[in-house]
Amino acid sequence: MGLLDKHHYVERNATLLLVGSLVVVSIGGIVEIAPLFYLENTIEKVEGMRPYSPLELVGRSIYIREGCYVCHSQMIRPFRDEVERYGHYSLAAESMYDHSFQWGSKRTGPDLARVGDRYSNEWHVQHLIEPRDVVPESVMPSYAFLKDTPLKVTDVSMELKANRAVGVPYSDEMVASAKADLAAQADPNADTSGLLERYPKAKIGDFDGDTQNLTEMDALIAYLQMLGTLVDFSTYDDAAGYR
Amino acid sequence: MNYVSETILLAVGTFLALLGAAYAYDNLFASHMWVLFFVLLVSTVVMLRKISFAPAGQASKSRAESEYLDEVIKYGVIATVFWGVVGFLVGVVVALQLAFPDLNIEPWFNFGRVRPLHTSAVIFAFGGNALIATSFYVVQRTCRARLFGGNLAWFVFWGYQLFIVMAATGYLLGITQSREYAEPEWYVDIWLTIVWVAYLLVFLGTILKRKEPHIYVANWFYLGFIVTIAMLHVVNNLAVPVSFLGVKSYSAFAGVQDALTQWWYGHNAVGFFLTAGFLGMMYYFVPKQVNRPVYSYRLSIIHFWALIFMYIWAGPHHLHYTALPDWAQTLGMVFSIMLWMPSWGGMINGLMTLSGAWDKIRTDPIVRMMVMAIAFYGMATFEGPMMSVKAVNSLSHYTDWTIGHVHSGALGWNGMITFGAIYYLTPKLWNRRRLYSLQLVNWHFWLATLGIVVYAAVMWVAGVQQGLMWREYDDQGFLVYSFAESVAAMLPYYVLRAVGGAMFLTGALLMAFNVTMTILGYERQETVSGAAPALQPAE
Amino acid sequence: MEAYTALRQFADSWGLMGMALFFLGVVLFTLRPGSEAQAKKAAQIPLKED
Repeated sequence: MGLLDKHHYVERNATLLLVGSLVVVSIGGIVEIAPLFYLENTIEKVEGMRPYSPLELVGRSIYIREGCYVCHSQMIRPFRDEVERYGHYSLAAESMYDHSFQWGSKRTGPDLARVGDRYSNEWHVQHLIEPRDVVPESVMPSYAFLKDTPLKVTDVSMELKANRAVGVPYSDEMVASAKADLAAQADPNADTSGLLERYPKAKIGDFDGDTQNLTEMDALIAYLQMLGTLVDFSTYDDAAGYR
Repeated sequence: MNYVSETILLAVGTFLALLGAAYAYDNLFASHMWVLFFVLLVSTVVMLRKISFAPAGQASKSRAESEYLDEVIKYGVIATVFWGVVGFLVGVVVALQLAFPDLNIEPWFNFGRVRPLHTSAVIFAFGGNALIATSFYVVQRTCRARLFGGNLAWFVFWGYQLFIVMAATGYLLGITQSREYAEPEWYVDIWLTIVWVAYLLVFLGTILKRKEPHIYVANWFYLGFIVTIAMLHVVNNLAVPVSFLGVKSYSAFAGVQDALTQWWYGHNAVGFFLTAGFLGMMYYFVPKQVNRPVYSYRLSIIHFWALIFMYIWAGPHHLHYTALPDWAQTLGMVFSIMLWMPSWGGMINGLMTLSGAWDKIRTDPIVRMMVMAIAFYGMATFEGPMMSVKAVNSLSHYTDWTIGHVHSGALGWNGMITFGAIYYLTPKLWNRRRLYSLQLVNWHFWLATLGIVVYAAVMWVAGVQQGLMWREYDDQGFLVYSFAESVAAMLPYYVLRAVGGAMFLTGALLMAFNVTMTILGYERQETVSGAAPALQPAE
Repeated sequence: MEAYTALRQFADSWGLMGMALFFLGVVLFTLRPGSEAQAKKAAQIPLKED
């Protein structure tokens, strides 16, 4: 009975209790989360994914700042109704550059994973200024202030560098031209050949209908208009991608 | 007591906040630092006025070391009541915003910014203060030792309030990481880590210097909660800031890994913050209020190990049918269902503590409150595993069903057990014979219970309807409803939900009044139905 | 893919059995005959003097 007599150490030794608890709660996390980082089939191989352009990245920060993820998911599940409503179900690869992920947990509003190219820029502007003008049933707040707020980014190359530090493959060239790219994407008259080479399929133009000023509205719509547009699904093999 | 060094530290902090505001990398950081500056400035002035300049011998006439440190717990009780009312009020506001979108006031009071304020206020401000205050109370009583670390407990309390204020003002300014229940940005996270380590030191130190040979099981739950939250908080908030003088940071993880890390955190915030910690409360305050030992102490030990082991796996059920690999989803589902067993083991253990004293449900409204809390714990921990079944989840996910589920757990279990603990603690801490009014407790009980029932039932119906509308096909094979139609269909439910929430809020206001009057020393002359004169908070 | 399959097979068999046995062990250990008196004593802790 020697071992059994020693059992009270667990119940009487605070440090042991502490360490025991920590070990027990670590197991689940290690077994569940750690493999995602090294199992090569966690993320499908797809064509077309690229890091966000500077304007899209800044627009994404506005999306986060305003808490859009609270009501809008960006994760289409593989169900018939969702695929018909929103488009091809979401792939892990499509959020591989999302720090943090924006999958969401609640659909007070519709899923936005593939909202890009669905509506015109004018629709988005109108919708963000007064949602009920275009969708009478909507309960979305108004975001008119975005159109009046000039886009202020202290140093957009710093944003890219921070992303690079956490693994997004921004090249030195992308970092160096970040500031110019930011302005060029919202300017219909700018030379955007370099931008498009760095960020294929990037949407270019004056997003908010105000050619004079670069506003937060420009950035947010630039982000919304690219969501879900990068992967070419005509070449994607569903069966091979199953995990 | 002299506070010279503390005051100097505060003054330095105030100055640093000013520097932060001056050299900020972006406007939001500057605004946030101005908030910090004014908060710390006021604190410094308050501290300055407390400094006694009398000779050292007379000034440091501190209380005997053997006594319990209860002053900080009194503050904790008041903070709990205060943040509870604030959090519930914000909840009613956001509920109304969903029903009547004109109530959004851009940019600071738009739903997207106010909802995190609501969730953080109720979970971390109300729940967190309740946990800190009760854990300090329970650990001293069950260890028969004064809190370890002298004024460190005060640092934990005020440091935690500072975290709340910084988090809350940050949300309204638009400073968020977009990680649910972990929205504060990197610098606020670092501050919380410091406070949390201090909390662990105080708690563990008190256990280490205890005079009771056995560590009572409530302390196991509290300790498990503190340690696990520390781990979850640190891992989930790993991020690279753009500038050390700016608000923005980018998570260390991306996409699918980030999603699982976040929901591993998110689910265990529920599992350890809102479950393990509050079970610690249950294992102390229920036996105290009914004056009987816990039904089965050995069951509580199994409850503890099984609960903490299984909870940690359940996170992936928040990501069913997403791009998370299937094996992880299945693992999450299996453990979520298994979790049902320890949860109900704990529920039975709590309820059966009343065996032989069931009459107290009729005679003592505080016991009634605690029993209702345990009942809601049982209901929520049945509904949870059910919703984690993938087939059920395919309907319930993304809908208001989830919101209803969360609230039956949060309002019913966390709210009610906290109210019970507060009603128990208030007369004890302020040395009052009894509460100001037990009839008000009774009113609170019914308002809260009915409010929760309305809320949960309405949200359940709303969620199921939403889910069914989204997947409804006509016989031609077309989707019947547009998304906007499903939004319009929610209006009556959203209004009713706000009504349920308002009832719960009214109950909390009654509690705030009751607690205030008790602290001020009033006693209402009253007779409570079915009550013998013995109806007073049990010893 | 190979590592994944091997790990999965191990988890499905030995891993599962190991965890189940460990859990049984914890339960039996907690309920062993000698523990009752001690548990009774510990359960009284909160009811002692405040």
